[in-house]
Order: sequence, then structure tokens, then C-alpha cells
Amino acid sequence: MTELAQPGIHPAHAPHRDPLGWLYLLALIGGAGVALLRYGALMDGYDTAILLLQVPVLAAIGRHWAAFRPYLTAVATLSIASIGLYGGDLARAEQTFALKYLISSQTAIMWMSALYLIATGAYWLGLLTRSAFADRTGGALLWSGTAMGTTGLLVRWFESYLMGPRIGHIPISNLYEVMVLFCLITALLYLYYEHRYATRKMGAFVSLIISAAVAFLLWYAFTRGAAEIQPLIPALQSYWMKVHVPTNFIGYGAFSLAAMVGVGQLLVERGVLASRLPDPRVLEDVMYRAIAIGFAFFTIATILGALWAAEAWGTYWQWDPKETWALIVWLNYAAWLHMRLTKGLRGTMLAWWAVIGLLVTTFAFIGVNMFLTGLHSYGSI
Amino acid sequence: MQRGTLRDLFELLSSMRFAISLLTVLGIASIIGTVIQQGQPYNAYLNQFGPFWFPMLERTGLYNLYNTSWFVVILAFLVLSTSLCIIRQTTPMLREIRGYREHAREASLRQFAHQHGFRAGIAPADAQARVLTYMRDSGFSARSNARADGGVLIAAKQGSASRSGYFLAHGAIVLICVGGLLDGDLPLRVRMALGGKASTTAGQLIVEMPESSRMGEDNWSFRGNLFIPEGRSNRTAVLRLGDGILLQPLPFSVALTKFHIEHYDNGSPSRFASDIVITDDASGETLSHTLEVNRPLTHRGVTLYQSGFEDGGSMLRLTARSLSADAALATTQVEGAVGDSLAIEAGKHPYKLELTDFRAFNVEDFGSPTQEAETSAGLAQLQRQLGSGAISASSRDLRNLGPSFGYKLRDAAGQAREFHNYMMPVEQRGAWFIISGMREEAGTDFRYIRFPLDDDGRIDTWFDIHKIFMDPRRHAQIAARFAQRSLPGADSATRERFVATALHTASLFAERGYEGVGRFIESTIPAAEQERAMDVFSKVLQGMVWEAWLLAREQAGLAEPVMDDKHALFLGNTLAALSDSRFYGAPLYFQLTDYTLRQATVLQVTRSPGKPLVYLGSLLMVLGIFAMLYIRERRLFVLVKPDGDTLVALSTNRRTMDVDDIFRHHAESLRARLAPASTDPLPEHTP
Ligand code: HEM
Repeated sequence: MTELAQPGIHPAHAPHRDPLGWLYLLALIGGAGVALLRYGALMDGYDTAILLLQVPVLAAIGRHWAAFRPYLTAVATLSIASIGLYGGDLARAEQTFALKYLISSQTAIMWMSALYLIATGAYWLGLLTRSAFADRTGGALLWSGTAMGTTGLLVRWFESYLMGPRIGHIPISNLYEVMVLFCLITALLYLYYEHRYATRKMGAFVSLIISAAVAFLLWYAFTRGAAEIQPLIPALQSYWMKVHVPTNFIGYGAFSLAAMVGVGQLLVERGVLASRLPDPRVLEDVMYRAIAIGFAFFTIATILGALWAAEAWGTYWQWDPKETWALIVWLNYAAWLHMRLTKGLRGTMLAWWAVIGLLVTTFAFIGVNMFLTGLHSYGSI
Repeated sequence: MQRGTLRDLFELLSSMRFAISLLTVLGIASIIGTVIQQGQPYNAYLNQFGPFWFPMLERTGLYNLYNTSWFVVILAFLVLSTSLCIIRQTTPMLREIRGYREHAREASLRQFAHQHGFRAGIAPADAQARVLTYMRDSGFSARSNARADGGVLIAAKQGSASRSGYFLAHGAIVLICVGGLLDGDLPLRVRMALGGKASTTAGQLIVEMPESSRMGEDNWSFRGNLFIPEGRSNRTAVLRLGDGILLQPLPFSVALTKFHIEHYDNGSPSRFASDIVITDDASGETLSHTLEVNRPLTHRGVTLYQSGFEDGGSMLRLTARSLSADAALATTQVEGAVGDSLAIEAGKHPYKLELTDFRAFNVEDFGSPTQEAETSAGLAQLQRQLGSGAISASSRDLRNLGPSFGYKLRDAAGQAREFHNYMMPVEQRGAWFIISGMREEAGTDFRYIRFPLDDDGRIDTWFDIHKIFMDPRRHAQIAARFAQRSLPGADSATRERFVATALHTASLFAERGYEGVGRFIESTIPAAEQERAMDVFSKVLQGMVWEAWLLAREQAGLAEPVMDDKHALFLGNTLAALSDSRFYGAPLYFQLTDYTLRQATVLQVTRSPGKPLVYLGSLLMVLGIFAMLYIRERRLFVLVKPDGDTLVALSTNRRTMDVDDIFRHHAESLRARLAPASTDPLPEHTP
């Protein structure tokens, strides 16, 4: 078969088995082994299971997506360097230059914010001037920002334990932390599609929603002092949080990505930027895939939330505003999928629907915290 | 009913249109339910919506929307609709799952979006064997059909499990809805209707509640609260239904040995736990357990959760001090437990003191992060954000204000004001105060009065001054002494004018505090001179209060205080509190002097028979969705005609872009196997 003549998608069945791949696998196994040897005694059954499960999952991702490996390597290196520099003393964050200006958690998150904003500029430059170089720069910046942000969250996790063993917890427990998580997940999902569809042209749109999240994050940190690590109130001290929240954000991230691609599609259909953006068929396909994966994970997240609620509040479902809005989001995308799959609907209508879906999702994510009172203690703004 | 009509009804109910309409209504209703806070006391709604809207919203059930009959009926229709949809889809879906369509006609294959023709170099029979091998190797299951014309059609498929995903996911919806209905109010309402039960109003003693509002122990679906003070036990849960309540006896009693609250350094709670002992009715067996948030316990089919805590009747020792304007009342001691209602005599008026609440900790934020953030700009602000997440970029200032208690003071007419008093002094702007909050209506904010502390750190001085200064009969004495001190050598006319002014000021102030003085100035003095007049008035007030203080010291046989900055501040604060005391609205201030803490835990107790259904449904839902979305159903057909003309065609239930590539891959491979050495490139298919 000749090269793909039309907009296409990298064949999914061409995993990378180069020497670097083996090295990556070895590093994963080694890392898990060291963690188990050093900290195994402190971990409970869940911790151990999750640690072990990470190895095949990260291995599989790295196998199908080579660019993931340098990212993970960078994150591991930076995080370990940061932890080493701390040497068990939180005050070093103010004394050590590398910590204060590079890889302490807050600094890393500020770097992430800056890199994401510049990446957005680069993608737009690439789109408007048709410069492949600017596009590549945008991609590289997005990767770097993601590496810094991930490092930031991991180091923050570590720092919380330095504050006191009772205070230590995974950094997904308030709006500030999950906003960082949202940026990272959306960026990673996008970067994956960039690779699968071999086009960087959607970056301009997707990076906009990431920038919006960054803007919110900065506002929240600067005016509300939201970045400070807070100990967990009893209701949040649960293993369910660790699985419920990230799963949820895969959903939110994927839905946002779909909406931004939908914006692109609507523009193309009106002839705006049509020659610069990918073929509408690609946009449509990405939109479907993003909503499908988002829907699947959002379903799991909602169920996990119900299981958690059953333990924390005594009822798996009690129509708390956050729960109810999650249901509305879920029904919305279920309807979207029905329309596409059973009615064969395509094009403008679905693109609009995905864009409006983002409004619903955003309300469920942030609006509920701002305007409604309920049991979800993710902090009002 | 006619067969045709039934058929139409079935079509309608099982249609996607109908399901989507129901979902839209449910969605909109749910949104309303998130905007109107659910399950609040009805008084709160009355306050919020006013007497006109309150009954209308009540009738539509918007205060407990998710349990109103219309909501439940819509949910039931959704179950029906989805069930009918499943029934309707069963036959065609099963046909799809089982069948290979090996009898498909060439004309219909030619309709496919993905098709490719070429000439095979081998006989149909050989081709058939090769194609079947290829199909097997590529993960298809295949059937071949020798056609009458001597050709052969090989029909292959993979991913049929995708269709079973439909049954799993939609069956799951039915399961979850049915489970949810079983755990909602519905079974309780049915039971009440059958058993002649009715809910009763909250706020009465449990023993006084009528038998008709007690559910049986055999009730298998309920959710209620169990309130247990330390050192006591309880076996009757309270179920809320609309604005009323029902009692639910449990098959065991639960005693609370101790309730634990632990705090982090910053004052936020780190742990809630109840040490409980469960005693079975039937066997008399006991079980000790520590119940914590996120760690429920199931016993005899009832699940217990740590859901809250309250005061369980702490003993409070109070000092009642007079704030009465006309007759100073004696300072007395009062003792009572939270929850008690005590008869109090204030002058000739009887009052009821209702002790409602006690809290041993009150952590409040005294910092103002925004203000400080504004003062530093640009890079300096960024600098503050860098570093570890542990270092605070805000200026939060959390302080424990110590114990506080709440009470209502109800007069003979039944009117009550609500108070919230702190036990420990608080520092504000260089001075120490004891704080008391008052409000006339529930739901409004408390207004605070700050009693300044004297040199000994007590509020006694303030009350002594209050007693003298607020007594109109003593104003003449104070004014005379004030004149004497201020104008020692003045003639009697000047002095009389001075005394008159002082008396007038004091009476204005005694009536409405600073507000009374302000009003007087505004209504009688030209605007240009008001500021100067205010100055004069405050000087006079300060002088009078100073005199009142001296008088109080004299009466107690104490030395005269010196006039310094600290005492000047004290005088200013004393005046402010005197002014505020005019609006306190109670003849007595109750100061908390000592307490014995007794906490109570609130456990949620549930029997939820629908839970297993819901959990099973959830599992099936996830499996079903992944099956539908990620198992790709693909059918590949290869038609080899006797003359070697070959057609490859592919159909799929999910049209995504990678199908193009996959088709080309299969077409290319098949062609390579059937047609030796071909050089012309594979043409594009026509989408
Ligand atoms: C509570 C309401 C419903 C929900 C939440 C729901 C959910 C879903 C979901 C999540 C899918 C998977 C979409 C996909 O394959 O990507 C789906 C597919 C489907 N649904 Fe529903 N559904 C509901 C009601 C109905 C009803 C009433 C019908 C009957 C008309 C129906 C017919 C279908 C069909 C035919 C499919 C496609 C199955 C396939 O092609 O494999 N659904 N539904």
C-alpha cells in the first residue's frame, strides 16, 4: 500500500519496539521495584496494587506513543531532583535557587502556566502564517508545560507530606489542584490526537481552552491565595477520591477538547480558516473519539463518585447539585452519541452540540461551586 | 383497544424521541432542583420566597423535587421506555449478532461505502480456502456460500459483542432506576398508605409522638438520623418526609461512649469519630466499634454512618448581668444544659431562656488576603507565589475564639431574640473585648456588641459604668461633678448652661446611643457647624462617662484611675458598647463562665434494598459502554465469481476514519493472496 493519500490516522498497530523502548520498560519496572523496596512497608494493599498496575499501563502508553517516554522521563527526573534538593526540609524551597525558581511545586506550576500561554501563541502563529516551525514549537512548548505541571503536582504531593504526615495527601483535593490536573489532562489528550492524526493544526483551538484554565488558575492563586496546601477534611480522607477525581477530569478534559475541535469545525464550515485547518472529516473524527473516551470515563467517574458518596455521606445518590449536574452532563453526551450512532447525525448540528456541551460541563465543574450550595466540599470560590 | 393503536403506543413509548423528551424534562427539573436548595425546613422557604410563592412552590413539590410523584412518574416512564426499546431491539440485534449474511446479493454489496474489485488469478474453490484462512488469521469468523453460478461468497465478521453492549448498557439503566426507586421515598409512602401511617411535626418530644407516626421494625427501606448524646443510647431513628418526620425503631440500640473531634494546626477538623456500643434486641449481644467518616458499619441489615455531631446537652454556668435601662437588676447565676428552657425573672417581667447550642471551638479567619495581595505588585506578587505549596501566599490568620453558646430569650408575648455569646476575650485594634451577637430573625446576620475589658481583664467595670450612666436619675449628679471638674472657677450661669448641655447629651445618648445624638445634630444644627458640634458632644460624653467611672470606683472604695492613653481607649470603647447596648433588645446579658462539655453524635442509618441493583447496574453500564464504543463490529465480504472477478466489501456499525485504512489493508492483503503479482496500484475507494 502506498502512503496515505488523504488525511488519515496513524495506524494504531505499529508499536515501537526499539532499544529505547526496552530501556523505558526497564526503567518503569526498576522504578516500581525501588519504590516497593524502599516504601513497601508504608503502603497498604491499594497503594501496592496501584503502583504495580502503573507499570503495564505506562508501558502500553509508551509503546504506542513514543513521545510519551521522554515526557515521563523528564517528569521522573525533575521530580526526583526536586525531592532530593528538598532533603526533607521544606524551608529549602526558599533557600535553594533551583527549588525557588525551577522545580518547587508552585514554581513548576507557574512555569507550566507560562509555557502553556506561549504555546498558545506559537500555535496561532503557526496557524495564521502556515509555519510548520511555529507549529512544532507549539507542540514542544505544550509538552514542556505538561512536564513542568506534572512535576509541580508530584512535588506538591511530596511537599504536603513534608508539612506533616497527617497533612500529606494527593494534590487533587481542591479547585486549585484539580485545575492544574485539568490543564495537564487536556494537553495530554490533545497531544495524543496530534500524534494519531499527524496534524498540529488543532492546537490553536485546544490550547485556547487550556489557556483559559491557566488564566483562571493564576487569578485564583494571586487574588485568593488558593495555592496554599490545605489539610484534608474528614470527608475527603478516602481512597475513592484518588480514583474518582482523576477519572472525572479525563472526562472534563476530553469534553473540552471536543468542544474546541467543534469550534474549529464550525469555522471551517463557514469558510473561515478553512484552508489552514485540517479536513472536516478529521475534525469530526477527533470530536467523536474525544467524546467517546470522555463519556466512558465520565461514566466510570460518576459511578465511583456514587460509591464514594455511599461511604462518606451514607447514600450513593442524593441529588446534591454537583451530582445532579454530573448527571445532566452525562445525559447530554449520551444524547450526543445516540444522535451520531443511531440517527447517523453529522456535521454542524453535532459540532454546535459539542460546543454547548462545554458550557454545561463548565457549569458542572466550576459554576456549581460558585452559585449553588451542596455537600461537595471542593471549596466555593 | 385496537391492535393498531397498541402497536402505535408501543412504537411511541419505545422510540428514541420519547426517551429524549423524558430525559429533557428530567434534566430541566433536575436543574430547578439544584437551584432551589432541597430538603430545607419549610420556614426557610417561606422566608426566601414570601407568602405568595411559598404555597405554589410547595404544591408543585419543588422543595423535595426528586421525590415528588410527578418526578417519580417520569422516571418510571423512562424505565418503561428503555425496557420497551430493549424488547424492540432484541430480535434485530440477535439477528445481527448471529447472522453472517452469507446470502447477500452482489447488488447490495455494491452499495457499501468500502468496496474494491480486482481479478483473482485462481479458481473460486482455491480462493475460498485462501480467503477463509486469511479471515481466520485476521480475527474474523467466516462462513462461505457456494453460489448457484459457481462463484463463492465468503462472509466474515468480528466484534459482534459490540451489540451485546447495547443490552448491557440499557439493561443497566433499567436496573439502576428500579434500584433508585426502591431506595427513594416511594416504598416508605406506599407503606404509610397501607399501614395508615402519617408523618408528624418536628420539635416535639419523641415520647409524645403519636403511634401513627412510628414505622414498624420490618420496614426494609428507609434513611434516617440517629441522635445520641454521650453517655446515652438511642434506638429510634428519625426519618424526614417533606416537612414532617416519622420514627423508625431499630432492631438494636446504639450507645455513645465518646465522640471525638480532632483538629489540624490550622483549625480545620481532621477527624470525627464515635465510640459506640451496639446492643442487639433479640440476642442481647453487644458490639463495640469506632465509627468514622468514610468507614460505615453494617449491622443486621442497617448501615450506620458518621454523618454529623451536635451538642448533646452540655452543662453551662452563666452569669446574668443587667442591661436594663430603667432598673438595674441584680447579677445572678444561672445553670442549665443545652436544650433546656429556663424561667428567668428580669425585674417584674418573666422570660424564658432557651439554651440552644454550645461549641467548644470557634476557628475564624481574621486575615484579609485580598488587601495584602493588592499592596504588593507585579514581580513581587509573582515572587510570593513561587516556592513550595506549603508556604502561605495569603495572610490568613486563623484564631480559635474559644467556646461559644447560643440561646433565645423569649418574652411573655412569645417574641424571641437569638444570641450567640463567646466566652473568651478577643483582641481588636489594641484592646480586648468579650463579644455577644444578637439577631431578631433566624437567617439574618448576627450584630455584635463588644464589651471592653478593664485593667483586671474583666467586664465588670463596663457593667458598673453602664448601671450608673444609663440611669437617668443619676445624670444630674454626674453632670454637676463634670461641671465642677471642667469649669472650677466659672460663674453659676455658665455652669448651669454647661450642666444643661451635659444633661441633654446624656439623655439623647441614653435613649438611642450615638444615633440619637447624631439625629439631634442633623435636625437642629446648620450643616456647616455639625462637625464642630459632634466634637463638642463627644467631648461631653467622654467627660460624663469618665465621671461615671470615677463614681463607680468611689462607690467600690477604689482609687481614682489615671487618665492615660489606655484608659482613653477604654472610655471610647465603653461609649461604643453603651451605644450598641441600646439595641441589644434584652434586659440581661448572659456571660458564660464555666461549662461541662457533652457532645452528641448524629449517625445516618439506612436500609437500602436497591443498592445491590444499582451497583450491579453500574457495573453492567460500564461494560456495556466500553463494548459499544470500543468493540468495533466489522463485516468483510469477498465475492469471487466464476470468471475470477472479485469484490471485497466492508461494513461497520461505527464510521470512523481508521476504517478507511483498515479496509485498504484488508483489500490489499486479499488481493495479494488471490491475484499473484499485480502491479497496478490499489485505487481509492469511493466513500
Ligand atoms: C435513559 C436513557 C438512555 C440512556 C442513558 C442511553 C444510553 C446509551 C448509551 C450510553 C449508548 C451508547 C452509545 C454508543 O454506542 O456510543 C446508547 C446506544 C443506543 N441506544 Fe440508548 N440510552 C437510553 C435510552 C435509549 C432508548 C429509550 C432507546 C430506544 C430507542 C435507545 C436506543 C439506543 C440504541 C439503538 C443505541 C445504539 C446501539 C448500537 O448501535 O450499538 N436508548 N444508549
